[in-house]
Amino acid sequence: MRRANGDIGVFQQVMTAGRVVIVTMAICCLLYGLAILLIGQGLFPRSANGSLVCDEHGNVVGSELLAQGFARPENFWPRPSAVDYNASAAGGSNWSPKNPELRGRGRAMAARLGADSGHALPADLATASGSGLDPHITLAAAKYQAERVAAARGLSVATVTGLLERQAVRPGGALTPEPVVNVLQLNLALNRLGKHHE
Amino acid sequence: MSLIFSVLILGLAVMLSWPLAKGMIWAMCPGGQAGGFRQGLETLFQKVGGPAAVEGQDWKAYCRAMLLFNACMFAVVLAVLSLQRFLPLNPDGKGALEPSLIFHTAASFTTNTNLQHYSGEVSMSYFSQIFGLMWLQFVSAATGLAALAALARGLSGKTEVGNFYRDLMRATFLVLLPLAVVLAVLLVLGGVPMTLEGAATAQTLEGAVQTIARGPVAAFVAIKQLGTNGGGFFGPNSAHPFENPSFFTNLVTCVSIPLLPMACVWMFGRITGRMRHAAIVFAVMAALLMVKVGLAVHFESAPAAAFAGLPVQVTGNLEGKELRFGAAAGPVWGALTTATSNGSVNCMHDSLNPLTGLVPLIGMWLNVTFGGVGVGLINMFIYIIVGVFICGMMVGRTPEYMGRKVETREMKLALLALLVHPLFILGGTALFASTSWGLAAVHNPGAHGFTEILYEFSSAAANNGSGFEGLGDNTVPWNVATGIIMLLARFIPIVLPLAIAGSLAAKKPTPETVGTLRTDTPLFGWVILGSVVFIGALLFLPVAVLGPIAEHLAVAGK
Amino acid sequence: MNRAKLERRHARRASLFEKSLVATAGKQAFAMLKPWAMARNPVMFITEVGALLTTLVCVQDLLRHREALPYTVSVTVILWVTVLFANFAEALAEARGKAQADTLKHTRRATLARRALAGGEELVNSDELREGDIVLVNAGEIIPSDGEVVEGAASVDESAITGESAPVVREAGGDRSGVTGGTRVLSDQIKIRITAGAGESFLDRMIALVEGAVRQKTPNELALTVTLAGLTLAFLMVTGALWPIGRYFGVELPIPTLIALLVCLIPTTIGALLAAIGLAGMDRALSANVLAKSGKAVELAGDIDTLLLDKTGTITIGDRQATEFHPLPGVGSERLAEAAMCASFGDLTPEGKSIVKLGERMLGSKAPRETPGAKVIPFTAQSRLSGIDYPDGSSFRKGASDAMRAYVRAQCGSIPDALQGLVDAVARQGSTPIVVAEGPSVLGVVALSDILKPGIQDRFERLRAMGLRVVMVTGDNPLTAAAIAGQAGVDDFIAEAKPEDKLEYIRREQRAGRLIAMMGDGTNDAPALAQADIGVAMNSGTQAAKEAGNMVDLDSDPTKLIEIIEVGKQLLMTRGALTTFSIANDVAKYFAIIPAMFMLAIPQLAVLNVMRLATPQSAILSALIFNAIIIPVLIPVAIKGVKYRPMGADSLLRRNLLIYGLGGIVSPFFGIKLIDMALVMAGVV
Repeated sequence: MRRANGDIGVFQQVMTAGRVVIVTMAICCLLYGLAILLIGQGLFPRSANGSLVCDEHGNVVGSELLAQGFARPENFWPRPSAVDYNASAAGGSNWSPKNPELRGRGRAMAARLGADSGHALPADLATASGSGLDPHITLAAAKYQAERVAAARGLSVATVTGLLERQAVRPGGALTPEPVVNVLQLNLALNRLGKHHE
Repeated sequence: MSLIFSVLILGLAVMLSWPLAKGMIWAMCPGGQAGGFRQGLETLFQKVGGPAAVEGQDWKAYCRAMLLFNACMFAVVLAVLSLQRFLPLNPDGKGALEPSLIFHTAASFTTNTNLQHYSGEVSMSYFSQIFGLMWLQFVSAATGLAALAALARGLSGKTEVGNFYRDLMRATFLVLLPLAVVLAVLLVLGGVPMTLEGAATAQTLEGAVQTIARGPVAAFVAIKQLGTNGGGFFGPNSAHPFENPSFFTNLVTCVSIPLLPMACVWMFGRITGRMRHAAIVFAVMAALLMVKVGLAVHFESAPAAAFAGLPVQVTGNLEGKELRFGAAAGPVWGALTTATSNGSVNCMHDSLNPLTGLVPLIGMWLNVTFGGVGVGLINMFIYIIVGVFICGMMVGRTPEYMGRKVETREMKLALLALLVHPLFILGGTALFASTSWGLAAVHNPGAHGFTEILYEFSSAAANNGSGFEGLGDNTVPWNVATGIIMLLARFIPIVLPLAIAGSLAAKKPTPETVGTLRTDTPLFGWVILGSVVFIGALLFLPVAVLGPIAEHLAVAGK
Repeated sequence: MNRAKLERRHARRASLFEKSLVATAGKQAFAMLKPWAMARNPVMFITEVGALLTTLVCVQDLLRHREALPYTVSVTVILWVTVLFANFAEALAEARGKAQADTLKHTRRATLARRALAGGEELVNSDELREGDIVLVNAGEIIPSDGEVVEGAASVDESAITGESAPVVREAGGDRSGVTGGTRVLSDQIKIRITAGAGESFLDRMIALVEGAVRQKTPNELALTVTLAGLTLAFLMVTGALWPIGRYFGVELPIPTLIALLVCLIPTTIGALLAAIGLAGMDRALSANVLAKSGKAVELAGDIDTLLLDKTGTITIGDRQATEFHPLPGVGSERLAEAAMCASFGDLTPEGKSIVKLGERMLGSKAPRETPGAKVIPFTAQSRLSGIDYPDGSSFRKGASDAMRAYVRAQCGSIPDALQGLVDAVARQGSTPIVVAEGPSVLGVVALSDILKPGIQDRFERLRAMGLRVVMVTGDNPLTAAAIAGQAGVDDFIAEAKPEDKLEYIRREQRAGRLIAMMGDGTNDAPALAQADIGVAMNSGTQAAKEAGNMVDLDSDPTKLIEIIEVGKQLLMTRGALTTFSIANDVAKYFAIIPAMFMLAIPQLAVLNVMRLATPQSAILSALIFNAIIIPVLIPVAIKGVKYRPMGADSLLRRNLLIYGLGGIVSPFFGIKLIDMALVMAGVV
């Protein structure tokens, strides 16, 4: 390393800073971004574009990773969303655990799903996720709705429950004791099941 | 299960940090013979940088170069964000940003804080995200790494602490970039989007229209996690399914949060040639971190108090959490992200149980349980100096650190560096909590609202970037106040420790004897721990009591 | 150190809370309330400002007939008491120093001096003496000022300064030429060149130092003051922020309560005692009869890494002693002993006396007695032997090997073949061989050896435990030096040492970053004394040596260095320990005050009142009273110093952390609870 000799003026310093700005930007933004883009689009085009799900006509019906606002009785309902399932402005409720509004929502959800003290609501159906777009509900929460869905679709509860069991996964294997089901895929499967029956 | 999950994350990070540190030494302190590959890279860096990247700098010249380059970073991004409308890569036609928000965002990303008063998918074009924010996530983390290398060189007795420009390029290209590529590929594999296409439109099964924002997420998230940046591509950060789609991505990104800060400790040990000392520091940090993780997981296993008496099943608190990550993921991440000044979140901290919410606050108040890339250890250095000074006297000698006497000048600088942190947190909180600036912004009632204000200033002063996001903080007073705090709280605690190292390096080293306070024993570990816990606890206990603890007691009392 | 000396020191040391001193200090405590005087000590300055503020609130409360008046008055009183306690601690330490200085001052009373002039002499007051004046002092007169004997020799009573009653010899030339003002000449007449003008003698400087006139903060004291100021500022922020934050919760925090919290949190304990600790360190050095030229020197003593000690007088008893008789084959050892004794009867040197003593021990009642009429043959530089001739014709000689051979040959005796082997064997052990002959026949050899001072090995062991290196300096040849160094257990030695060697050794150690302490007396020691980080000159030494060093040992005791180092270490340890204690105390105070402050707005905080203090007011008052009372309680620790034990840094730290760190966390919980109970019982709250 050469000794600092003081002949490196402010101008030189600014020039160097500028050159480093340009080089880092070129490599870290352009090159790196392009490389990852190529890898993503080349190897995993589906997930790289947002894991979009299409119906048989090729129309995009949503993303496998994002919840959407199912409200009809024949569909399984997702967890409440603080942003009304808006996938272009996601977010959580940010209510503190003591906030009366949180209690209000809990009460409303319990009422909506017909919960009572003997038949308590699974907690994930009373709480909003952080993104407002959590695509999953717990298996328990799905089973909680199975009766309603089966009735609305004219299917036997056993059929619906059987589908649930098949769809349920443990996302982290043994590390997540609670199985979850993807609501969009569950409802799509139900639709397919319905068509199959017709 | 929660226990296994926490141990898995920490264990993986600790195990990976050791080899990573070896690579960092290869990158930051090249020995190598002339003509070798590494030496070739060095020549390249010198050519790219020009004369100012060749000279050896003392601590003052190093700081000047660092400040100059960071000023450039700030200015460039200020320009990029201001001109967003006119720049390319804007498929969704994002418009102009409010000036104070531009200032705040540029300050936030320049300082490695990444406190976001905007939602990425709402406000930012892809160009702003990549060439503004993602770029800063690289070079701001590299600045921290460079500063630590300079500090360590100074403490090992060199008055010439290196050359900032070359250190920055070394850190960016040889440390951060390779890691980011690996992580980004893993993320793409795990299902994270990477596209330049604009938002997709879906017709949902029930007939509604859903606009699906997406973008070059994988590249962005990788460096966000590695560089203790934490600025998310989307508003909800790593809680968003596109940033963090699965249990697997959550595991990988969670491990990558403390990875570099941990490796920084080993790098510090290698440069100063005091691995045993580094191991003690590492152990203290790890112990504190484990306690925090354990407490967070424990407190969060209680249900949200609001559901008491309702027909809702009793489980852990699920408000603001994603199901795919598992029960412990939120609090573990919360503890890690605030311990390391990362600030990304995978659950909404505002909705954490009160005492769980205290854990991130403690993380930011101490800001040394591995801390930010490079700067975490620099913060710890200040606590070590204070601990060495007080305990060094107790062995009957003028206190010494690394063989050099700690005297008035060093203590002056150390205390200044130490005081900056509580000044900004307590001062900011006091100002906003007593005026409409703060009162109008709070989202939750009572003590929790106070905690939101406290959290925001803690996050800004600790250069963390996480938030109690209910706070309506995208207003001019908030943007200006936290913007200024982030800038000062970033550079004062880098420059002052470097000044201390410079002042120590100029002293004649004393050989160590049995009469010298040893810095590589478990006993010294207790000294550091005491120094960190006491100063942290004593300065912030009152606000901790008034915020989270009062809220917890109120919940319990009802 | 002998017992008499210890007793003397105790006699000179005032008991801790001696009445007269306490009274002086008490008065002084009020005088020190002047804010500009307090500003030197940031912690106590803030406390005083707080006290002033609450006083104003008191006046306001009084005028508006507020209910809070009794509480405000209590807080105000305790705050003022806290400040006074702090002043008292400093004043007490200063008073003790002054008391010491006063005893020294008595020796400095103005006396008449006879100044030598070209033509004769004139009587002048000692105050008028200037450096370079020559004065005459006769037996019975008092030496008017510090100086150097330029002519004559005299026995001098230095008890006024050293407390030692045995007179010492001071003579021109050599290393015993320094005299101190205030001491008394007992015999003969000497001419003294004055080396210190009026008010500049060591005594004057020392007194000034103790009295605080030139007392500056030492480097470590300054660094600690900065640290305490920083902590004070931090807690100022903490309490300052609470007032606006209180408004968020709808609480209007009373000013006296905030100030009470502030004063409890800032490190008042160490802030109050810091000056006292420094003064007490000087005081302890003084009671060890060491005059330090600055407080910095005492503080630096704790950092010493290497000790340079002279062999003679420090490691070994001053002179060599006879340790063994080595008879030649065919000669009884008793016969040799007898002959050696006889040869030594006339020899009054310590070596000769030691031979007689050894013989007496060996022979008991059979030992020969001195007979009158015998002719003593004294040692001369030419003959290099000594002995005795009895009237009955028998003669005894002893001397160095070569001189004795010449003597025996001259007596027509023969040299036994075994002699050379015997002589060499003794030399190899590090002893000096003395050959003994009766008439013309050689009987054997007496070994004269250096005797280590009793317990010196243990002392060095202790020093090593403290991390110090001991280096022995001796004029012996390397073989002998190595042998003695091995026996004494020193780490290194300089053999055949010339003054330049010492200087060179010191420089070499300093280049390696070590701090060196040494003790010396001679003029040729002066450069080394000046170069060493701690140079202690013996009071008996030359003026040049005293000028060069940064301390003077009035006892001229070569082992004093060890004590000085302990004083330095104790000084730093006391500061560190009380700082730790002070900060550790804050935990309990928080638990007392924080719940009390917000109890009205947030009643749930009562859970944090772990000490179950009666009321919010009693909680705050108890914490504040504890904070004040702990200052006088710890004055003994500050003045006597934390007990120093010679052990490694780690053990010391562990011990001090347990006592002052852990103790500092736990003790206030009990203290505050007790005070609270007392307040309740007294019906104050």
